[in-house]
Amino acid sequence: MLELKSISYAVREGDSELGILKDISLTIDDHKLVVFTGPNGGGKTTLAKIIMGLVKPTSGQILWNGQDITDLGITERARLGISYGFQQPPRFKGLTVRDLLTLASGDEKLSKDKCCQYLTKVGLCANDYLDREVDVSLSGGEVKRIEIATILARNSQLMIFDEPEAGIDLWSFARLTETFEQIHATGTATMIIISHQERIISLADEVIVVGDGTIRHRGSAADILPQILADTLGGCPVLTKGGDAQ
Amino acid sequence: MMDNEIDRELLEKIADLLGKPVGAFNIRKDSGCDGRQSTEHIEITSKTDGKSGIDIRIKDGTVGETCHIPVIITKSGIEEMVYNDFYIGENCNVEIVAGCGIHNCGDQTSRHDGLHTFYVGKNSHVHYTEKHYGEGDGKGGRVMNPQTVVYLEEGASIQMDTTQIRGIDSTKRDTKIVCGKNAEAVVTERLLTHGEQTAESDMEIVLDGENSRGRVISRSVAQDTSSQVFYPRMVGNAQCFGHVQCDSIIMGEAKIKSIPAITANCTEAQLVHEAAIGKIAGEQLLKLETLGLTEEEAEDCILKGFLA
Repeated sequence: MLELKSISYAVREGDSELGILKDISLTIDDHKLVVFTGPNGGGKTTLAKIIMGLVKPTSGQILWNGQDITDLGITERARLGISYGFQQPPRFKGLTVRDLLTLASGDEKLSKDKCCQYLTKVGLCANDYLDREVDVSLSGGEVKRIEIATILARNSQLMIFDEPEAGIDLWSFARLTETFEQIHATGTATMIIISHQERIISLADEVIVVGDGTIRHRGSAADILPQILADTLGGCPVLTKGGDAQ
Repeated sequence: MMDNEIDRELLEKIADLLGKPVGAFNIRKDSGCDGRQSTEHIEITSKTDGKSGIDIRIKDGTVGETCHIPVIITKSGIEEMVYNDFYIGENCNVEIVAGCGIHNCGDQTSRHDGLHTFYVGKNSHVHYTEKHYGEGDGKGGRVMNPQTVVYLEEGASIQMDTTQIRGIDSTKRDTKIVCGKNAEAVVTERLLTHGEQTAESDMEIVLDGENSRGRVISRSVAQDTSSQVFYPRMVGNAQCFGHVQCDSIIMGEAKIKSIPAITANCTEAQLVHEAAIGKIAGEQLLKLETLGLTEEEAEDCILKGFLA
């Protein structure tokens, strides 16, 4: 179980302090699929990074399976079973797809068959990719799918995906949502997915709308989706104030 | 031959040798010959012109054979200049494994300078591997200055992989390859310096023949207060294609200078160069840490991959 208690995060901007996250408390039970959604700049990625240890909160406490991990580093949290798929994964000159999958799995003798399974789940063929370097020769979408494959290979208790759909074509996206469904159905991992996609939101046990550094709404996909659509349609201040577009 | 642990370790590091090599070989130890074997197709003989070194003659049509010619220096204070000439016949496909390892426990400088000259016959392919490594806790310097000159005849090709593993205090590499018609040179250079070491690599690929091709892929890591200078040059004198790519990772207080140059003396020459120097990106370290590696393990993993 993941528990966030009164998490705040602020940055200095000149003489003043800018609050990115404001007193967020949240509990996520085991094996749940939770989607963080909400407007850009609302704090979703910062919140996810705080869970992984990539960002240190200004105040608050994080408990993972009852253990206080607030002061633990990224490596220690990874070893406790938390993994994180980056929105814009880095590239590595000299490290191959096989190298990354092997590191992620922690199995130095990771078989080609296993690699193939992970890559197939993100719509890539092992024969074409295993020995390729994860460098600029790969497209953004390819790097993104490899990133997701490393999280699958990591097979950790808590998987965090930051906008996994970004940069991925429609065909691969369909395959990816199936993979999330399968993981969820087997009940082996808790998943936090940052997403704006209706298809992914509809898979969630719980949807959490993060905006202006706070939790604006939380509930089932059936409850939240209509609210998101209503906010989106009525969200243009020009239209709301003037009645017509200028 | 290979009669002690130091010899065995050095030979494994520089030539991947475990036990007696298969095929032709010449092991040079402390300026003497520590073992030699010729084969039906590869003949190794000592130089007869008074210079130190060997001649290697490979017969036409030799395919799938290897030739190991490692050099090890285990005594402090040895300084040598060695001339090795390779005469490779036509239609061959051979692998030549060189390399030099210095174990210096004394206070005097140990130094190996070598000039390797390759004459590669028509339509022959050579895979040449050269690894340099130094060790030992003495104050004496470990110095290597290798020169390599390659002449590729029509349709010939060389894949040259050079690696400076670690422990070489000072090196000045000098490489020149001349490509004839339809010839191809592919050079991969890997270099690591640390401590106060210095390294300089001067390379020139001359694309003389029509449809010749050259490719240089240089990757280096400079740690601590070490310094490196690279001068890879590609000269196109005919319809040809050449590509020079230099990438370096800079760490600590190291200094790296990379000066690639391309020269076209023919309107049909197509030449490209790229050079980049930078530190390890923070996101790379973070990504590997999310996979359970410590920061030190992540850095080591990135450097190993980069120099692989």
